Amino acid sequence: MLGLGVSWSFLDVAAAAPKDPAAARPTPGDRLVFVLGDKKGQVVKVEDLTLEGPQELAYPMDPATKVVRDASRLNQVLLIRLDPAELAPDARANAADGVVAYSAICTHQGCDVSQWKPDTKMLLCVCHGSEYDPRDRAKVTFGPAPRRLAMLPVKTDGGVVIVAGPFKGKVGFMDL
Amino acid sequence: MKATKALPICTALLGGCLSVAAAYGAGYTPVTDARLANPEPGNWLMTRGNYQGWSYSSLDQINPGNVKRLVPVWAVSTGVTSGHQAPPLVNNGMMFVSTPSAQVLALDAKTGNVIWRYKRELPEDFSALHNTNRGVALHGDKVYVTGLEPVLIALDAKTGSVVWEAKLEDYHTGYYSTMAPLIVNGKVLVGVSGGEFGVRGFVAAYDAETGAPAWKTYTIPGPGDPGGNTWPSDTWKRGGGATWMTGTYDPDTKLVFWGVGNASPWFGDQRPGDNLYTASTIALDPNTGAIKGHFQYHWNDSWDWDEMNAPIVVDYKMGGKTVKGLLKPARNGYLYWLSRSPSGIGFVHATNYVKQDVFKSIDPNTGRPTYNDANKPGTGKKASFCPSLWGGKDWPFEAYNPKTGMLYIPANENHCGFLDGKVQEYVPGKWWTGVDIPDIGFTVSKDATFFGDVQAWDVSAGAKVWDWKVPKSMMWGSILTTGSGLVFVGGTNDRKFRALDGKSGQVLWEFTTNSGIIAPPVSYTVDGKQYIAVASGWGVDAQFQQGLLSNLLPGWDKSIPEGGVIWAFAVQ
Repeated sequence: MLGLGVSWSFLDVAAAAPKDPAAARPTPGDRLVFVLGDKKGQVVKVEDLTLEGPQELAYPMDPATKVVRDASRLNQVLLIRLDPAELAPDARANAADGVVAYSAICTHQGCDVSQWKPDTKMLLCVCHGSEYDPRDRAKVTFGPAPRRLAMLPVKTDGGVVIVAGPFKGKVGFMDL
Repeated sequence: MKATKALPICTALLGGCLSVAAAYGAGYTPVTDARLANPEPGNWLMTRGNYQGWSYSSLDQINPGNVKRLVPVWAVSTGVTSGHQAPPLVNNGMMFVSTPSAQVLALDAKTGNVIWRYKRELPEDFSALHNTNRGVALHGDKVYVTGLEPVLIALDAKTGSVVWEAKLEDYHTGYYSTMAPLIVNGKVLVGVSGGEFGVRGFVAAYDAETGAPAWKTYTIPGPGDPGGNTWPSDTWKRGGGATWMTGTYDPDTKLVFWGVGNASPWFGDQRPGDNLYTASTIALDPNTGAIKGHFQYHWNDSWDWDEMNAPIVVDYKMGGKTVKGLLKPARNGYLYWLSRSPSGIGFVHATNYVKQDVFKSIDPNTGRPTYNDANKPGTGKKASFCPSLWGGKDWPFEAYNPKTGMLYIPANENHCGFLDGKVQEYVPGKWWTGVDIPDIGFTVSKDATFFGDVQAWDVSAGAKVWDWKVPKSMMWGSILTTGSGLVFVGGTNDRKFRALDGKSGQVLWEFTTNSGIIAPPVSYTVDGKQYIAVASGWGVDAQFQQGLLSNLLPGWDKSIPEGGVIWAFAVQ
């Protein structure tokens, strides 16, 4: 069993370190850039995010090389700015200035969690209506999603949102 | 990337299964064009049983007198959750059935023993609105299935190993595929999904033996093509018109009839014009892909009323004359009687089979509707309409019984919707309908006495004969009718599989399965004994809609048990 565990760990490390930096997972120090809208491609600042939502979609960017890590959709994250007092402790621990970041890939079938439900202030998947609470570590509150979204720890520096650590939780969904 | 793996069951069961596979390998009966044109009563060789799309089995051992003694004889878990929408195909005792994510199981149709299993690994960043699969196709000694990516895969029927693969399109641009291929004249015809992601739909054909591309016909004409002037500027490039259900084929006129889905984005004012061939049936030459004719059910679609189901090919009487015809219960809530000829499709008659408040009139010569403008949503124009975007019926199959001339429709009544459109930024592969999810409304009448509704129509009389109304469920079941006059249907949220009397609509038999049934039932024989088979596995739109209903109607379960099982039943 031990041998098996070691070999699987090795595979995980190999899978998590692809050669293409644009496909590598978000890395501490990465900036985040807008996927959509007027500021598409620009670095996300706290002031760009509307307080209490909706969320914005972003990809991580290596600040040194300016490589945007958009070669895998699994790198797509959502950012939302909330009242820090509303955040559950484990969400607050990975937030900065009320900004929280989660994987934008629905845990049901991998669609974009790109929609916003203004009446209940929930994150909403575009395909099958799963809802997640951004204040409570993206816990599922409705729909077929089996699991909360992975959280991406962030910090801020001079108003710029910066990746503070790797994803916490599983990104993506299970197929067969 | 190596993306496929065939899993011979031999690895689990060692030598025992090798002998099973070898036995089937030796005895496998190739599926010829002639057999597809005249399938034997004991086999189920294509999605709807025959080219004409009847969902009819002439078998009559199981009849209204003995159906009460129908019991399960075997069941197999598929190992997959989500919506199972594929009919099992049967060729001389060997069954082939697909599951979500393009898994294919080959089973002994008599015992349920697994002969082989094909699984496919999706790219890690893949996603689709529906990960379902609506069935395989058979030809020669091969089994064909569409993979989501989208890709067409040919498997060896005897072993499940991959013979060839053909990439249909790039999934990063929103295309995917879930439909069952159609085999005509040695070609495999396939369609694509993606009408919510700004694709340009098409039907494509591949050589069944080699996988070489034969033709590709877009459902959205470009500038200079016939119908190209129904699209302003470059809206045709992302015009939708997905082709996500299997076509039907008429060996007489040698035409394939294929359904074309909604226009994209959803709001007609963003693409003024008729928007051919969205919300239409097109008639294709299967050898060349040339469009020989079309009929558009509603122009400038603004309701997400895909007309993706092909009409069924039926001759009927109308005004004292026999019409070589087509029948189509449309998603827009109308039942259409059409005519077919080598030159295309003609309009004969239409009447609504559920309440519909959008059409003001239908031209008696052309079938073209006029609209109540207040019920046509647009950009910045919120409007309500009935039925909702799921339509009078969605994709589940109606069935036609040639012995009685009856058409059985799995309908939904007493539901409406609203849409409030906007201009959305186009990003390849992203949702691009012109509406945010919270602005898609679904409403039901709390006073309604029923929602799901199996309807029986006398085709030549043009009249409804009976309804089987379902008080506490929508109807998501495809229908099978048989030579003994039975009607088999699942589709309800109570997980039941039922047999109705085709003459009266009376429920003669029911059985509670593992999950909800949204797959088409089939019938076949092995060693002279009749079986009924169906997959039970609730998911996709039925599940999504059930979730919405649980918020609207007290006592409706939020979730129905999930997980696929293939069932076979026989009379004991």
